[in-house]
Amino acid sequence: MTAPAPVKAEAGVSPKSRRKIRDNLTGHAFLIGAVLCFALFMWYPMIRGLVMSFQRTRRGVTTWVGWDNYLRIIDDPSFWIAWKNTFYFTGLALIVGFAVPFFVAIVLNEFRHAKGYLRVLVYLPVMLPPASALFLFKYYAYDPSEAGLFNAVLTWLHLPTSEWMQSPTMTMPAMVIASTWMNMGGAVLIYLASLQNISGDLYEAAELDGAGVWKRIWHVTIPQTRLILALLAMMQIVATMQLFIEPLILANGAGTQDSATSVAYLIYQHGFFQNDLNGAAALGVIMLVVLAAFSAVYLRLSTKD
Amino acid sequence: MSVPQYRKVAALALVAGLGLSLTACSTKSDDDGSDAAGKVTITVDCQPVAAQKELLDNWNADVAEFQKQNPDIVIKSISVGQQCNNPPDFTARLAGGTTTDVFYGYMTDLQQVLDSGQAMDITPYVSKDTVSTWDSVDPALKEVFTDGGKLYGVPVKNYSMGLVYNKTLFQKAGLDVNNPPKTWPEVREAAKKIAATDKSVAGYAEYSAGNTGGWHFTSLIYSQGGRILSEDGKKAAFNSPEGKQVLQNLKDMRYGDDSMGSRQLLQWGDLLTNAAAGKVGMFIGAPDTTQAIVSQFKGKFEDWAVAPLPGQTDLGKGTLGGGEGYFFKKDLTKEQVEAGLKWIAYQKLTPGKGQFDYVRAKPQNYPVGLPQPLLFAPGTEAQKQELDLRKANANVPVENFALFENKQLPIVGEPRDAQAIYAILDSAMSGVLTDPNANIDTLLKTAEEKVDQLLAAGS
Repeated sequence: MTAPAPVKAEAGVSPKSRRKIRDNLTGHAFLIGAVLCFALFMWYPMIRGLVMSFQRTRRGVTTWVGWDNYLRIIDDPSFWIAWKNTFYFTGLALIVGFAVPFFVAIVLNEFRHAKGYLRVLVYLPVMLPPASALFLFKYYAYDPSEAGLFNAVLTWLHLPTSEWMQSPTMTMPAMVIASTWMNMGGAVLIYLASLQNISGDLYEAAELDGAGVWKRIWHVTIPQTRLILALLAMMQIVATMQLFIEPLILANGAGTQDSATSVAYLIYQHGFFQNDLNGAAALGVIMLVVLAAFSAVYLRLSTKD
Repeated sequence: MSVPQYRKVAALALVAGLGLSLTACSTKSDDDGSDAAGKVTITVDCQPVAAQKELLDNWNADVAEFQKQNPDIVIKSISVGQQCNNPPDFTARLAGGTTTDVFYGYMTDLQQVLDSGQAMDITPYVSKDTVSTWDSVDPALKEVFTDGGKLYGVPVKNYSMGLVYNKTLFQKAGLDVNNPPKTWPEVREAAKKIAATDKSVAGYAEYSAGNTGGWHFTSLIYSQGGRILSEDGKKAAFNSPEGKQVLQNLKDMRYGDDSMGSRQLLQWGDLLTNAAAGKVGMFIGAPDTTQAIVSQFKGKFEDWAVAPLPGQTDLGKGTLGGGEGYFFKKDLTKEQVEAGLKWIAYQKLTPGKGQFDYVRAKPQNYPVGLPQPLLFAPGTEAQKQELDLRKANANVPVENFALFENKQLPIVGEPRDAQAIYAILDSAMSGVLTDPNANIDTLLKTAEEKVDQLLAAGS
């Protein structure tokens, strides 16, 4: 990569710099659109949210209240439950939602025929609008009676059935299953692409050294895709910590005894059900700080190579 | 056009387009609602949605007729969904300042509307000169929309809850349709019998999500003689023997008798859909829930009857009353407020017109003859006119509502910050309905802590 040429400071606007400005006008013009969009729909709301988190509006009058909103939100009995639930979901989603797509990608990569069809099949759920997919899960798969799809299968297998979203212990795993089914298509394609970049020579050499399937995965596939794995893991942590639509649709909100309340849902509850937009903003800022830490790791990883 | 030129033009067009659209977004309307011809325009929400065809036709016909009678007023109708006030949408509109000029709200919304700073004090404008039946409107309903001696809304509907039951399922279970349960132990017995006839039927159904669980808990605790808040409204009062009894009754029916069906976490539409499908024996609700069951969820009027709310040892000690009204957005002109009041007076508060046009409603799939709303105070001329018209045009079996109508229980209003409290109480309701090991004391204590915190923060 070559370093950019140093720009000389010139008094007045020389024909050269005028030409330079003219040449770059198109680029700047395109940039203005993006910058304006970001400023209006991302940066301004973020700054406004930060300001709101230190204010309180009552009777149309807004006052500065310092850290009051933060203290109040931390005092909410649901605060720690929401964080616990969110981390639990993130952890489960990382184990299931990370391992399953990787495994599926490895299996797909081994197929000689019908690769394209299988890829489309795996990617299909991603094309379904998330709300529709979740309603399908809610009314068909997770119906707590024996008529529910999952319960019917479990009954057929002579296994104990579950109340799914109505059971405080099954709420989170059920949401992870739905979420993984909905989202794994994208991850599988990324893994597949990275798997296909691994040189066949490495596998050949491993095979000659007597490595079986598992050893080849452990010693060749995983080290060769390490960076992609780490990147996706970070992206997934940041995405899953914003868990919202799953509790909203599958659990009708908080679920049974707060078992589905996530941090993002608690923000929504304070803001839109409890007439507490300022408290919601404070929780939003807290969440931002936590997510920023994970995002920093992601950025570090993504710029490493 | 060469490629660089083409790019330049495209970029400039993009910037210009974006600039224009941003200008359009940020342009604050300084419209005072009147045009050059001297016409006053007001926007009004809660226009029925397309799926409510007859109601929508009626609304549009009312607008046309009203504008004909008042050629200087233009009504712009806005539909905000079937429920008119879905709490999150309502909050978003309030926070964003995007409500219509005259906007619909629940009686429980007054505090939130005032906090948002979006409401207008309409005290100077409301009198029998602007709303001809104003003096007949029940003073208790006006009070609900009054704060600090100032009126902020006009009541247009009210309700109180009773025990809604399916006569067909009662008969199937060998129960007497003319003698529905009067106490919660009797409800429990009846629910058991109904559920025994068909595994897919819930003998008694109850809400536990989307704020509706807390809403019904409130009515249930009133029936026990308990209250949600202390007298001064500063502390939660539902962690009481009455509150515990409410949850115990539900837990007993759900897990002791298995008479409440397996699907829980129900919200408004879920329960009514099941009821319309003949899968619910009893639930608590206002008489107009039968209207929703029929017109929105395709049930049958003949199936449904309403009785007074049961209590623990006799009929309920009280029942929850609530309702709806219209607020006026701040900064409206005098002419706009008067136009809005004129419209509400015409469509909502005149016997024989708008919502009380029973002659028009009679042949429609829309009930006439329900015991509510009761907007006008007893003994007033407006009430007499409205009741006479209602009786003359009844199209529902009125005898199905006679038990409810003849035994009026004391009506208790909703607590302050009702929607926020209901959201918290949902958790206690879902607890006993989905967890056989739920600890009632813990559920109530947690909810109490949350409500106390909410009240402390709001005061």
